[in-house]
Amino acid sequence: MPRTIIEPQFTIEHLSILDSDGNLDSALDPRIPPEELRRLYRAMLLARHFDERMLRLQRQGRIGTFAPIKGQEAAQLGSVAALRRTDWMVPSFRETASMLWRGWSMEKLLLFFSGYLEGGRPEPEQRDLPICIPVATQLPHAVGLAYAAQYRGDDAVVMAYCGDGATSEGDFHEAMNFAGVWHVPVVFIVQNNQWAISIPLKKQTHSRTIAQKALAYGFPALQVDGNDLLAVYAASREAVERARRGDGPSLIECVTYRLGVHTTSDDPTKYRSAEEVAAWERKDPLTRFRAYLQAQNLLEPGLEEAVDAEIARGVQAFEAAGPPDPLTVFDHAYGNPPAEIAAQRAAMAARLGRAPQPDAGAPPSPPMRGQRRSWPS
Amino acid sequence: MVKALNLALLQEMERDPDVLVIGEDVGVDGGVFRVTEDLHRKFGGARVMDTPLAEAGIIGASVGMALYGLKPVCEIQFSGFAFQCFHQMENHVARYRMRTQGRFGCQMVVRMPYGGGVRALEHHSESEEQFYAHIPGLKMVIPSGPRNARALLAAAIRDPDPVIFFEAKALYHAAKEDVPDEIETMEIGRAQVDRAGADLTLVAYGAMVRMAREAADRLHEEDGAQIEIVDLLTISPLDRETLTASVRKTGRAVVVHEAPKSFGPGAEIATSIMEGAFLSLEAPIRRVAAHDVPFVGFARERANLPDVARIVEACRETLAF
Repeated sequence: MPRTIIEPQFTIEHLSILDSDGNLDSALDPRIPPEELRRLYRAMLLARHFDERMLRLQRQGRIGTFAPIKGQEAAQLGSVAALRRTDWMVPSFRETASMLWRGWSMEKLLLFFSGYLEGGRPEPEQRDLPICIPVATQLPHAVGLAYAAQYRGDDAVVMAYCGDGATSEGDFHEAMNFAGVWHVPVVFIVQNNQWAISIPLKKQTHSRTIAQKALAYGFPALQVDGNDLLAVYAASREAVERARRGDGPSLIECVTYRLGVHTTSDDPTKYRSAEEVAAWERKDPLTRFRAYLQAQNLLEPGLEEAVDAEIARGVQAFEAAGPPDPLTVFDHAYGNPPAEIAAQRAAMAARLGRAPQPDAGAPPSPPMRGQRRSWPS
Repeated sequence: MVKALNLALLQEMERDPDVLVIGEDVGVDGGVFRVTEDLHRKFGGARVMDTPLAEAGIIGASVGMALYGLKPVCEIQFSGFAFQCFHQMENHVARYRMRTQGRFGCQMVVRMPYGGGVRALEHHSESEEQFYAHIPGLKMVIPSGPRNARALLAAAIRDPDPVIFFEAKALYHAAKEDVPDEIETMEIGRAQVDRAGADLTLVAYGAMVRMAREAADRLHEEDGAQIEIVDLLTISPLDRETLTASVRKTGRAVVVHEAPKSFGPGAEIATSIMEGAFLSLEAPIRRVAAHDVPFVGFARERANLPDVARIVEACRETLAF
């Protein structure tokens, strides 16, 4: 028997529409309406300024560790903007821009990074999962959501985020395989920001692209310039439409760059050069999109001030939150709390010299505002 | 404590070329807590390996290396991420010796930062020692300070059995102590009497030993009580001899741990004391532990983890029984 060639001889397309100076390839223009372009730019600016503000708050000790997004605004907003409110968004832990777009308040994000579980609670109508920290573990959930949507006959699409590092985890591959086998409406957005803490892409995978991994699981993928909002948007719109009409999953590899630290506990100067960072700063997604809008005469005056005022209001709302009531540690651990939980709650109440209170259950209670409670010393 | 652990790794790698370090960001970056700092520069990338982001890959590949005769020291970046390789540890690391009737064994160490008190997010603050302590075939070690951390890590690397080695994040930078230059090891499976006392045995390990000392000081100052602290150092195998000898003397015991109370190490410790010192017991053994709830967020962490006040209260109730 001879050796024969069987099909999957593949190619991966790379899509880029705006160059790093903001010049448009008009043949590929996704023709986004001007109001939507303005809204996207405002969201990019808000995400960038909020990220910078969070970094200052962290350095001042006013919030805890978080993962900044600087440089990844186009990858996040270009993708999330292709969703409807009735679609689902499944983040990892570096999707501040996508989360703000989906209606997560700045107050909640700040609460989350200050160790308040209230910051992880989606609104009742919100079809988003909360921040997920263990790398890649959220991806099978996205596949399950997509299966459930299909099962119920909803036309909802699920968009799931991960980074280049996540593509090494078993959960990534299991999710991709399930998505392919079940043919469910899920779109995987891989933000390939080149670094998983100190590990560069070339030490993460020996594959030429991340996009090609989808082909092994039997569904299409595209690599896009992740710093080009128009390219990410065009690719995401296509993938979301494909999913919605029942043509199954897809993967978009957004080639981007983490301009800042992995998290605020990280020091990237230990593992990467200033020249490399500077080269990517010249491809900044925000300046590129701004130049494009400028050329289209779509920039609104006073936008920076408006965005900063919105951030100031968000920070103010966050800072009004006082320390939480210690007794609330028992709330929501169970839907039907066992007797042992009631006993532990009663013991704490006795130590605090207070009457035990029932489990908050649903609806959940917000953090105490403006009340300083003394802790048991 | 970070420097002491780094010294143990350095010296064990110098004396045995089969010892290698493997994990995420352990090489060029020197580890997110700097425990493997400079090892990559000294020993090169073939012995200090930066892996792709895949915990199951780290442990699974280390099993293969150990079967071949190497002695991998794996780092899982946070104990909260070790569930992604738990199947490798439970199904293989713990069992290879038994499965092959001694032909193969997994002489390897899995280091992980654990525990709270550092204002960290979910999966960065939890204590999961109970899972490993419950697995036959594994040893589970938790040092309480720089000197014993260094000596126990060296011993763990030399131990023929796989050792899960938890390092308290709260002690990484806070705990300071002189550590001798010459190599030092400590026997795995031995607890230490951290301070002697006649009235009550306070059992603790890891970061909770500091808390126990503070509580003992307060009980001495305010109540005149003499508290004996037993620092377990090894959770499994449990040093029942030291525990029961202490309680036969004091007649009372309180156990402290950061892991949730129910089905935690405290249950095994208390039962072992009861089995070995039943006729000496003057009071029920009490546990001071985290509540039986999932991660509460660091804004509420103090309300959930054991603190000095809760330990003091439990000791007073036990003394007054």
